Amino acid sequence: MWVAIVSLGALSLAIGLFLGYASRKLAVEEDPLVEEIDARLPQTQCAQCGYPGCKPYAEAIARGEADINRCPPGGQETVEALAELLGVEPPSLEGEERPPSVAIIEEDKCIGCTLCIQACPVDAIVGAPKQMHTVIEEACTGCELCLEPCPVDCIYMEPIPETLENWKWRHPERQQPADEDTAGGKVAAAGG
Amino acid sequence: MVEHEQRTPILPALFHGGIEPAEHKGLTSESPIRRLPVPAVLHVPLKQHIGNPAQAAVQVGDRVRKGDVIGKADGFVSVPVHAPTSGTVTAIDDYPAPHPSGLSAPTVTIEADGTDEWTDLDPRPDYETLRPAEIRGRIREAGLVGLGGAGFPTFIKLNPGPDRPVDTVLLNGGESEPYLTCDDRLMRERPKEILQGASIIAYTVGAKRIVVAIEANKPQAISAMLGASAGWPQIEVVAVENRYPMGAEKQLILSVTGREVPSGRLPADVGVVNQNVGTAFAAYRAIVHGEPLIERVVTVSGGAVAEPANLAVRFGPPIETIAAACGGYADLGRLIMGGPLVGSALHSTEPPMVKETNGLIFQTRAEVSGAAALPCIRCGACVEACPVSLVPNEMYHLARNKEFERVQDYDLFDCIECGCCAWVCPSNLPLVHYYRYAKSEIQAKEREKEQADIARRRTEARDARLQREKEEKEAKRRAKKKQADGGKAEKESADPREEAARKAAEKRRRMRGEASGEAGTEQAGGSGDAAAGTDAETASDEPNQR
Repeated sequence: MWVAIVSLGALSLAIGLFLGYASRKLAVEEDPLVEEIDARLPQTQCAQCGYPGCKPYAEAIARGEADINRCPPGGQETVEALAELLGVEPPSLEGEERPPSVAIIEEDKCIGCTLCIQACPVDAIVGAPKQMHTVIEEACTGCELCLEPCPVDCIYMEPIPETLENWKWRHPERQQPADEDTAGGKVAAAGG
Repeated sequence: MVEHEQRTPILPALFHGGIEPAEHKGLTSESPIRRLPVPAVLHVPLKQHIGNPAQAAVQVGDRVRKGDVIGKADGFVSVPVHAPTSGTVTAIDDYPAPHPSGLSAPTVTIEADGTDEWTDLDPRPDYETLRPAEIRGRIREAGLVGLGGAGFPTFIKLNPGPDRPVDTVLLNGGESEPYLTCDDRLMRERPKEILQGASIIAYTVGAKRIVVAIEANKPQAISAMLGASAGWPQIEVVAVENRYPMGAEKQLILSVTGREVPSGRLPADVGVVNQNVGTAFAAYRAIVHGEPLIERVVTVSGGAVAEPANLAVRFGPPIETIAAACGGYADLGRLIMGGPLVGSALHSTEPPMVKETNGLIFQTRAEVSGAAALPCIRCGACVEACPVSLVPNEMYHLARNKEFERVQDYDLFDCIECGCCAWVCPSNLPLVHYYRYAKSEIQAKEREKEQADIARRRTEARDARLQREKEEKEAKRRAKKKQADGGKAEKESADPREEAARKAAEKRRRMRGEASGEAGTEQAGGSGDAAAGTDAETASDEPNQR
C-alpha cells in the first residue's frame, strides 16, 4: 500500500516537474495559428482591415476579435482560404476588390519631402530630403498608403499590366464569353 | 530503303500509351528547303526563349549589321537576340507576340537595307582547341535555344555539372508530330553539318557516344544520316517506331537507351543530353562559322495554305508575309504555331516568326474538329493513351474544379502537354487546355506567395528599424534630460500605418452607424493631417532609407 502511494507519488511529481519544465523551455514562441493566418494574407500591409498591417490583423483574427472578410487585396479567395483554415463558413468580402497595382511617382513633380518614404510599409520608396523619390516597383505591394501623405499629389496607382511573363491560361469553360463571370460552369461546358 | 532497314532495326516505343494520328507529312516532305528572301521590315521580339526576355541593346536610329546583338541576355536563364539582317532600327516597342495570349511584347523593328552585311564573325573550325566552357559561352552568345519548339536555352542543357556524367548525346530526329517535316528535310539536306554539330555538343558535355534517333517514317532521312555518319565510329543512327510522342525528350530517351528519366529530374541525371537535330545544326553554324542564330527552317503546311513548303526564314517577318510566300491561304479555320498537338493557336497572322517556330499550320475549318465538348464519361481512354502514365481524367476533374493542391498529387507537372489524351477523348474535351490552365494558376500562386514573403520580410525589417530608432531617440532624450532638466519633450511621430488603420476602423464604424441609424459622424474628418505634420518635422533628420 505505502509502496504504491510513494512510488506513484514520486512518479507523478517527476512527470509534473518535467512537464512544467518542458512547457517553459520548449514553449512555442508564437501562436502557430497566427503564423498560419498570416501566411494566407497577401502581405500588402495596406491597413484596410483596420489593423496596422497583415500580422496585427492575423493576431486579431486568432484572438477572435476580427472578421475574416476585411482584406480587399486578398479578395474572396483569401476569405475562403481563411474560412477553410478556421473551419467556418466563408462570409462575403467587405470592401471592393481592385486589380493589383503599383505606385508610380511623377518624378518631375516630386519635391523630395520624404513623407511617402515614411508611409511605405515595405520600404519600397527610395529618396532623400529635397531629392527626387522613386518607387522600387518589384517591392511595391500596391497598398496606396503613400498616396495621401504626398503634399503635391504626384503619386498615382497603375494596374500591373498583363505580360507574357504573368499571363495565365483562362479556364477553358470561361474563355469564349470574355471574362464573363455570370456564365455558369455547367452551361458553358455544354457549349464548348 | 530496304537496305537501311536491314542495317538499322526499328527500336520499339518503350513508353506507355501514345497515339498514331494521321501524319499529313506528305504535304511538305518532298519540298526541299527554300530560302525566303529577307523581307523589308523585320519585327524581332526580345523574348524568343524560355526565361527572362533579353534587354534591348540598341536604340532607335542605330544601324545594325547582320548578327549584331540587339538584345542582351538578362539573368541566367536568358540568351541574347541578334539582328537577322543589316539595316536600321526603326522602333523598339510592343508588337504582337507569337503567343496564345495574343498579347504584345517588347520587339525591335529593323528596316532592312538590302545589303545583308555580316557583322565581324569569329569562326572556330578548330573548336577542339577551345575548352568546353568556352564553347558553352559561344553557344550562349550565339543565342542558341532548343529548336524543337520549346525554346530552352541550349547552353544550360550543355552544362550538366560534374556530378552528372554524360555518356550519350541523343540527337532527336523523332519529329513525331503531324504535318511537321522541317527536321526531316534538314536531315536529308544537311546531314554532315548536323553530325558536326552533334560532335561539338558531345565534346562540350564529354560524351563518348552519339545516337541519332529518327522515326521509321523518314527512310530518306535515315539513309542520309547513315551515309553521312560513315566515317564516324562513335555515331550510331537508329530508327524508332512511329508512335507519337516519340519526339518528346523523356519518351525518346527511354525508347533508345532504356533509361527512364525520373519525375522532376533531367536527362543528364541518366547520363543523356538530348538535342534536336536543328539545334545541332545551329551549334555547328555557331561554332565552326561563328554565326549567331538568326534563321531556322519552318514547315508551312495545312489544308488552308496554297503551296505548303519548308522555308529557311530569318526571324522577324510577320506570319502573313511567310504565308504570302507560300501562295497565301483561304478558308482559314485555325492558325497553329508548332505542331497541331503541342503547338498553340494564334489569334492573327500579324506576329513574327521566331526561334521556337518549327511549324505554321494553317488548318481549314474542316480540319479543325468543331465538335462540341461533352461531359466526361470516365471511359479511361486517356489513361491508356498517356505516355507519362498519368491519370488525365482525374486531373481534368480537379483542374476544372480548381482543386489546385490535389491536382498536383496527380503529378500535373509531369504532364508534357502532348495532347494524346485530348486526341483520344470521345467527349472532345480540350484536356490539355485544362492542364495548362491549372499549371499557370499554380505558378501564379507561387509567384504571389514569393512576393508576399518578400513583403513580409521587408515590413518586419522596417518594424525592427522603427523600433530601434524609437529606442535610440528615447535614449538620447533621457541623456539630454539628465544634462538639462528643462528640455522639451519630443513629439512622437505616429506610424502612418496605425493612422490609416485607425481611419479605416473609424470609417467602418461610421458605415455601421449609418446603417443602424445612429448618428456617429462627429469625428468625420481632419484626423490625418496632424500626423503628417509631425512626420514633416522629423523628415530632415531621416535621410535616405536604403
